[in-house]
Parts: sequence; structure tokens; C-alpha cells
Amino acid sequence: MAHLELDKVSAAYGKLRVLDGIELSVAKGETVGLIGPSGSGKSTILRVLTGLLKPETGSVRVAGETINFDKPADIRTLRNRTAIVFQQYNLFQNLTVLENVMIAPIKVHGRKRSEVQAEAENLLEKVGLANKLESYPDQLSGGQQQRVAIARGLCLKPEILLLDEVTAALDPELVSEVLDTIRELAAEGMTMVIVSHEMGFIREISARVAFMADGKVVELGAPADIFDAPNQDRTRDFVGKILRH
Amino acid sequence: MGGFFSELASLATYHNIVFLAKGALTTIALSAFGCILGGLFGTLLAVARLTSGWLSWPLRAFALVFTEFFRRVPFLVTLMLCFFAFQFGGFDVSTLTVGCVTVVLIGTAFLAEIVRAGLQSVHPNQWHAAAAMNFTLLQTIRYVILPQAWTVILPPAFGFFILFIKDSALASQIGVVELTYVGKVFNNRGFSAGVSFGVILLAYFMLSYPLSRLGAKLEKKLGTSRTR
Amino acid sequence: MDYTFQYGQVWPYLPYLIKGAWLSLQIAFLAFCGGMLIGTVCAAVKTFGGGFSRHAVNAYVVFFVNTPQLVQIYFLYFALPDLGIFLSSYMAVLLGMTLNAGAYLTEIQRAGFESRRQSEMEAAEVLGFSRLQQIRYVILPHVAKVLFPPLSNHYILMTLGTSMAAIFGVEELTGRAFNINSETFRSLEVFSIVAVIYVFVTLIASVALALFGKFAFRTKMRVV
Repeated sequence: MAHLELDKVSAAYGKLRVLDGIELSVAKGETVGLIGPSGSGKSTILRVLTGLLKPETGSVRVAGETINFDKPADIRTLRNRTAIVFQQYNLFQNLTVLENVMIAPIKVHGRKRSEVQAEAENLLEKVGLANKLESYPDQLSGGQQQRVAIARGLCLKPEILLLDEVTAALDPELVSEVLDTIRELAAEGMTMVIVSHEMGFIREISARVAFMADGKVVELGAPADIFDAPNQDRTRDFVGKILRH
Repeated sequence: MGGFFSELASLATYHNIVFLAKGALTTIALSAFGCILGGLFGTLLAVARLTSGWLSWPLRAFALVFTEFFRRVPFLVTLMLCFFAFQFGGFDVSTLTVGCVTVVLIGTAFLAEIVRAGLQSVHPNQWHAAAAMNFTLLQTIRYVILPQAWTVILPPAFGFFILFIKDSALASQIGVVELTYVGKVFNNRGFSAGVSFGVILLAYFMLSYPLSRLGAKLEKKLGTSRTR
Repeated sequence: MDYTFQYGQVWPYLPYLIKGAWLSLQIAFLAFCGGMLIGTVCAAVKTFGGGFSRHAVNAYVVFFVNTPQLVQIYFLYFALPDLGIFLSSYMAVLLGMTLNAGAYLTEIQRAGFESRRQSEMEAAEVLGFSRLQQIRYVILPHVAKVLFPPLSNHYILMTLGTSMAAIFGVEELTGRAFNINSETFRSLEVFSIVAVIYVFVTLIASVALALFGKFAFRTKMRVV
């Protein structure tokens, strides 16, 4: 059964339609990759799934429950079930690495500091930053900051992790350390929706890949089908251009 | 010119100097009171203006009208409004109280705008990240935004405090015994206007100049420091 | 509070008040123009001038910025007659406000001059612009854009500042409020109407300045 379902979801920024009847489902433990040209609506889907953007029509269901975007309580539930990692990391500049990871569980979920700290330290160790606990974000490289952001997301114990072009702002030599972290999560059975331009990585890690254009899911299928034998011209065109590079 | 200095010497009695010092203290106290309480209320108004949803629109409307009104009415007119409001309301309060209420009203309005500008100077990404983690508006401001915004807020707020030292001169019009009033008293006691108001100008300068240097230093230091 | 508002007695004075507001606007405009003249010269001296002239400008700015406008006008109005210089109350207020504005506008404009971007000027030089062309096409448009919002802001503050002319008996908006008050004793009514007129006048000025800035310099200014 699908854990996350989007049913005919449409959304707009002002008059600009950015999502147009999106149909997408993600099963528990599945990793779904979203690819497509800039402005195709990939990141917008993630904004809807974190309650930062309200869909105009259509419905979003998590674990069978439909989210009412007009109800603050539903938005809260949605945000408790999901965690997002942003392209620009968006770490809190005024807090240390450890505090960045701990602040939401403590202040938002009201959990005990001692208990959260143990978890946060574990997570930071897992992403390879056990020696940076007391550093501030501006003392870290982009790759390190992005791994902190992933740890921060995981510390919320989300059911679904959303990754929004998490390697796009990184220098090429720092990309692999972040991808390694995500690989580990996939191996552990984390449910993830990944937006990325790293085609090789998407192909390797995703159970299914959705190709998007103009706010629509043009084609959805196994990575091998999408990348090697796409049905649609637009997909073929896009994949062809990407792979030639 | 000789007359000027002999007059200055005869002004410099113990009682006059104490009177002058008390006036200066009242001037400082009035500005500080307006800025501290005004900063507190101003922050509340700034936060009120950042709320969303239709339930809180009266809050937003009130904050908007309050800040726009008191930023667009001259100090003197606000002062007279407070003065007569207390008088006709049947409250028997000192002119100092009227002065205090006036500076708090005006301070609240101006500082609300300074705080709001500071809160909005923090990158939208930080607001989004906090929202995605389910922080409430107040939690976001308290734990994420204010710790980053205070370096942006403090220099103009301090500048406003210095500006207020000079603007509060108008409180002399209703009889608050601050620096300018002291000058008027000297003048009425027969000292020439040049000496009376010259001394007062100098006194204001001695209050304001060191503070403005301090403010410039503060701005430089906070501007180059990290945002924590 | 058992005070009953009676605006009826005050309404007939509305045209009288509006004429006063017009005088307030005139004072603010004249003092602003005079202040701009002083401010531009002084800012140029501060940016490009040498030793003595810079110190003189500095002393002027530092003194006027660090003392209250009200006491400056007191000094002009009450102390200058001792030196044989007699100013009408209107002239004393106008002169005081002009000198005060000159000091503040020097500071504002200097910051604008200093915001010239070296990289842009170098680019213009490499493209073969003459010095005059650099000023015309690179420096002025940039400086105007940077300066317009703080100058507009100061203009609004000056409009409010004109109310202290009332203390010296000038019959601008606040002065006329005092006049009506002593005739009718409807103090709260008079001053609340006057307050609303100030809000109205400065709001119109803010909107007009923001629109002008938007079309002339593509500046983005928020009115409220």
C-alpha cells in the first residue's frame, strides 16, 4: 500500500501554474527519484509535501489520511511525518552543529534534552561529523553543512525524507560524501523522495523514477525503463541530452 | 565677548549646575524609558504584523494603524494629545508622566518598524526551514530569527535612542523639567539667551556626541562580526 | 472617562487648518531645498576636499546633528538679537531647519557618494568612457538610486519637524491648532483632527515619492 499519495495535485504561484494534476505514490521504504528540466515542478512537489505551498486542487494522503491544507493541525501532522533537506542547507547560522540538530526535537516536540542529545550525536557520527559538534555552520564546507542538514532532518524521526537537489550547491569533490550518506539511508529502508540532477545516482538509488515537465509527471517507471527505453518523446529528449554530457 | 564669559561664570553656581545635571538626567531617563518600553511593545507589534491567517487580522490591522499613526504625527502634536487626554480624562498626573507616555507611544511605533526590518532581514530560507520543522511563529522568532536579527536591529535602535534625546526637547513645552526647560529657566532668571541656550546646546552635545561615537563603533563591530 | 467629544465646534475651522498644512509643506520644502544645497556642497567637500575645509564641514555636521533642532532655533530667535541680528519667527524657524537639514543631508549624501562601485567605474573606464561620461552614465544614476529612499524619508521627517514652528508663533498647521484651542477649548478634538491631517499629508507625500522613485530610479520603496 502506498504510504504517500498525491492525487491530481495542482498548485500555482500567483497566476503561474507550477503543478498540473500530479499523480504520484510512494510505498513505505521506497525511494522515488524526480527528474526533469528546471521549472518542471520537481521542487514544488516537495514544498507541497512540507506544507510550504498549499495545493489548489487535488489531495495529498499520508498513511491513508488526507491532509486538509487549511487546517493548521493537519499541516502540523504532515510536517511531523516528513522532513526536508534543502538545496541551500538552510542551517540556522546562530546555532552550533549539535544545536541545529537538537533544537526542533527539544523545542517543537518537547522531548528531553539528554535523550535527544544522544540521538543527535549518533546521527552526526553516522554522517561523519562526530568531531564537528561544536562548530558553527559557517566554519564547515558545503558538503559538511549538507550532512548536518540531513542529520537535522533525521533527528525528527520522519516517515518520509524529502531531498531537494541536495548536491546542487556543492563543489563537485564534495558531492560524493553526501551521496554516500543518502545511499546508507536507502539501504536502511528510509522512505525518500529525491529531486536531483545527478542522473547516475538517481538511477542507482531509486526504485522508481518520475520524469517531470511543465508541472506534469510525463513518465513514471523503473530507472532502467526511464533511462534506457523511455516511452515518451520528451523523456527521450531530456535523457538523451543529459547522458550525452 | 567679555560679557559672555563673565555671565557664564556667574551662571556656574552650585545650584545651577545641580539643576542642569538633573535636567540632563531627566532627558536621558525620558529617552531610555521610551526606548526600553517602546522596544518591548514595538517587538510585540512587529511580531503581530508577521502573523498570518484571517483570525489574526485585527491584530495586524491594529499594529499597522498604530505604527503608521504615531510615525506620521509630529512629536509636539502627540504630546499635546496625551496632555489633554489626561487632563480631560480627569487624571491628575505629573507632566513627567505625560512625557513618559508620549515617548513610549512614539518609541513603540518607530522601534516596531526597526524590529520588523530586522526580522525581515533574515533570509527567507531560515523561515522556511523552521516552518518545515513545525516551529510556531513565536518559536521561529525566538530561537531562529531574533538571534540572527539582533545585530541588524541594535544599531538603528541605538541611533533612535540618540535621536530621541534630542527630540524629547519638545517635552519642555508642557513643563517637563528636562534640559531644554532648564535653559528656559536660566533665560527667565535674566541670563542672556546666548548664554542660557548656548550652555544647553553644549550639554546636549556632550550627551549625544559620545553616544553617537559609541553607536558608530557598535555598528562597525556588529557589522563585521558573525551573525550569532 | 466621561469626556464627550464635540467635533461640531471644530469642523468650521477645517479650511483654516488646511491652509496651515499648506504653510507646513512650504516650510518643509524650502528648508529641504536649502538643506540639499548645503548638504551637496558639504558632502562633496567631505568626500573630495582637503584638510581645513573638511574639518570645518565636520564641525558643522557634528554640532548640528548632536543638538536638538528646537534649541538651535531658540538660539537663533532669542540670542541673535543680542548681536544685532533680528529674525522674524518664520525666518528663524526656516533658517534653523535649513541648517539642521544641511547637516543631516550631508551625512546621507556622503554615504551615497561612497557607495560608488569601483568595479563599475573601472568597467566604464575600460569601455573608453570619459570622466564626465562616467559621472553621467555610471555614478549619477547609481548615486541617485541609492540616495532617493533615505532622502525621501528625511523629507517626511522634516514635514513633521515643521510643527515646532508653532512654538515660535508661526501659524502653520500646529500653530493654528493652538489658536483654535484657545478659542474653543476643544483641545482633544482640535489636536486629533490635526494629527489625522499630518498622517494624511505625509501618507500622500510618501506615496508620491515612492511612485516617483519607482519610475525615475526603479527604486523599491515601501509606503507602510
